[in-house]
Amino acid sequence: MFDKDRWQEIFNAIKQNKLRSVLTAFGVFWGIFMLVTMTGAGNGLMNGITDGFKDFASNSAFVWANNTTKPYKGFRQGRQWNFTNDDMASIRREVPEVDVLAPKLQGWNISNGENVIRGLKTGSFRVNGEMPEYNLIDPNEMVYGRYINDMDIHHRRKVCVIGERVYEVMFDKDEDPVGEYMKVSGVWFQVIGVARSKNPNINIGADKKEVVSLPFTTMQQTFNYGNDVHFFGFTARKGASVSETAEKVTQVLKSKHSIDPEDLEATGHFNVEEQVKMLNYMFLGINALIWIVGIGTLIAGAVGISNIMLVIVRERTKEIGIQRAIGARPWTIVSQILTESVFLTTIAGFLGLALGTLVLHAADMAIIAAQAAKTSEEGTFFKSPEIGLPMALIALAVLVITGLIAGLIPAQKAIRIKPIEALRHE
Amino acid sequence: MSNSIIRVEALHKSYVNGSNSLHVLKGIDMDIQRGEMVSIMGSSGSGKSTLLNILGILDNYDAGSYHLDDIHITKMNETKAAQYRNKYIGFVFQSFNLISFKNAMENVALPLYYQKVSRKKRNNVAMEYLERMGLREWAHHLPSELSGGQKQRIAIARALISKPKVILADEPTGALDSQTSMEVMEILKEVNQTGIAIIIVTHENDIANQTQRIIRLRDGVIESNHINHSFKLESVEVN
Repeated sequence: MFDKDRWQEIFNAIKQNKLRSVLTAFGVFWGIFMLVTMTGAGNGLMNGITDGFKDFASNSAFVWANNTTKPYKGFRQGRQWNFTNDDMASIRREVPEVDVLAPKLQGWNISNGENVIRGLKTGSFRVNGEMPEYNLIDPNEMVYGRYINDMDIHHRRKVCVIGERVYEVMFDKDEDPVGEYMKVSGVWFQVIGVARSKNPNINIGADKKEVVSLPFTTMQQTFNYGNDVHFFGFTARKGASVSETAEKVTQVLKSKHSIDPEDLEATGHFNVEEQVKMLNYMFLGINALIWIVGIGTLIAGAVGISNIMLVIVRERTKEIGIQRAIGARPWTIVSQILTESVFLTTIAGFLGLALGTLVLHAADMAIIAAQAAKTSEEGTFFKSPEIGLPMALIALAVLVITGLIAGLIPAQKAIRIKPIEALRHE
Repeated sequence: MSNSIIRVEALHKSYVNGSNSLHVLKGIDMDIQRGEMVSIMGSSGSGKSTLLNILGILDNYDAGSYHLDDIHITKMNETKAAQYRNKYIGFVFQSFNLISFKNAMENVALPLYYQKVSRKKRNNVAMEYLERMGLREWAHHLPSELSGGQKQRIAIARALISKPKVILADEPTGALDSQTSMEVMEILKEVNQTGIAIIIVTHENDIANQTQRIIRLRDGVIESNHINHSFKLESVEVN
């Protein structure tokens, strides 16, 4: 296998026609390079997007109320309505498929101007009312302190959890905010924690970094929202379909509020499960496309190799004939051709793999550098474009197999050469 | 065990080309003794190349029989044929047929490579044979750097290295001038002295006259097969 005579022949064949060898190998090189960079880019896109919501409960949905669009039971169309605390209780009672239920308040009307004040520091931040359960749908990690808990809800404590940006503006660097007081829209609240969302790419109404979260009940009472629930999120129990559960939930709400069950516009909802499914299908599609294109390019490269091997066999007809005459077995010739083909493909492919990985690494470095330099708060949609070791190994295996297949036809042709034909005097 | 190295009986061979069948060998009978030096003569189309191919197990025959060293050579697969060629037969060609990118030593060593002899060992053996041919200092030259006579001597060394029983030489001097032709013939005769049978296909009378026996082919049959009387004389001169 590693006898010098075998390799001498291979290197001789490559050397004698450097340009041809390089151009041929380029086909395979390009195939693997494309496969690697595209897979890496696909992975980068996937990482970037899923990183923004990978901890978000994928079996969740959000429901909100819209103006009615159909008259019903004597009510006119275009009526404004709101969910209430009672609705939440009804859902709990009547829709057993609902697991986590998290009503929310959005303080649109109390978030105007410089509404948050602490000493000389002021800022304009969105105020939301949250239940502790919401942390199960859209998990946060706590930079300081804790999240809102049941006692806060029960006692309607005047406490708040703030986003990272709020902390930056309202507090000095590295200052411990827990236990400090802030005036939020005119009322004093004690800070109990700083939350950093694990899903920075999903924002409802406002950037989560710029939100002051109050206990849901506290906010209802303090800011005069009464029994109102602006919207809510829920998760479906294991095995239950989110869209079916959402349908049941909206029907319960409609019957409570005398809304035509046929009025599809009266409630809006956002089904996270469906979005995730769609994204997954999209990624699947992207991956399939990448592989089809990559393998296609690779096949084109392999055909090139095969072609050139045929030419090499033809050129070497005489040599092969001599070798046969002085005792080379067919297998010696076949293995020679196959080795040559695999060698050419593997070298070319390996270079493609190496360069592809290098390009991905450079892109990764550039992204990290850009992220470090970036001051704006927007999330990334491209992260760690890389291919795993299994993928690299698969690529190598594909290469060797490609080389073997590419060499097969030429090798067949080589052993069909009759020594006599090869040795005829010119 | 008979004393014949090559025994051919009623050998027939035709080439089928579409609907045309060309009957090339029409019943050849031939018996070549161990250590004999024979030439096969004949005009082109007489079937001498075909006969040589069959003797060299490079081609099959249709009818008759062929015994090489008392082994009946029949239709066999290529692997087996390659082994027999490697073991029993050395080839010398008109156009030398050296591998262009291998140096003299590597060319000579090639048959041993197919016998899976280690590189070091086969190169040592190759050097011995080159020494015998007086080409030791040319061992690391490529064929393109050598003269015709030198190339043919290397080809002979390559044919000898696997210690064959027979050397088949197809117009070995066809590409050489008369001076070098004589040198090559001298070497072949020396080789013959060591007990290796040599069959030379040629159309030159000068060459044929230096062999012990001359077989003339004509239209696929043996026209004459006689002992060359001038050989004895000459070999006395040589020795």
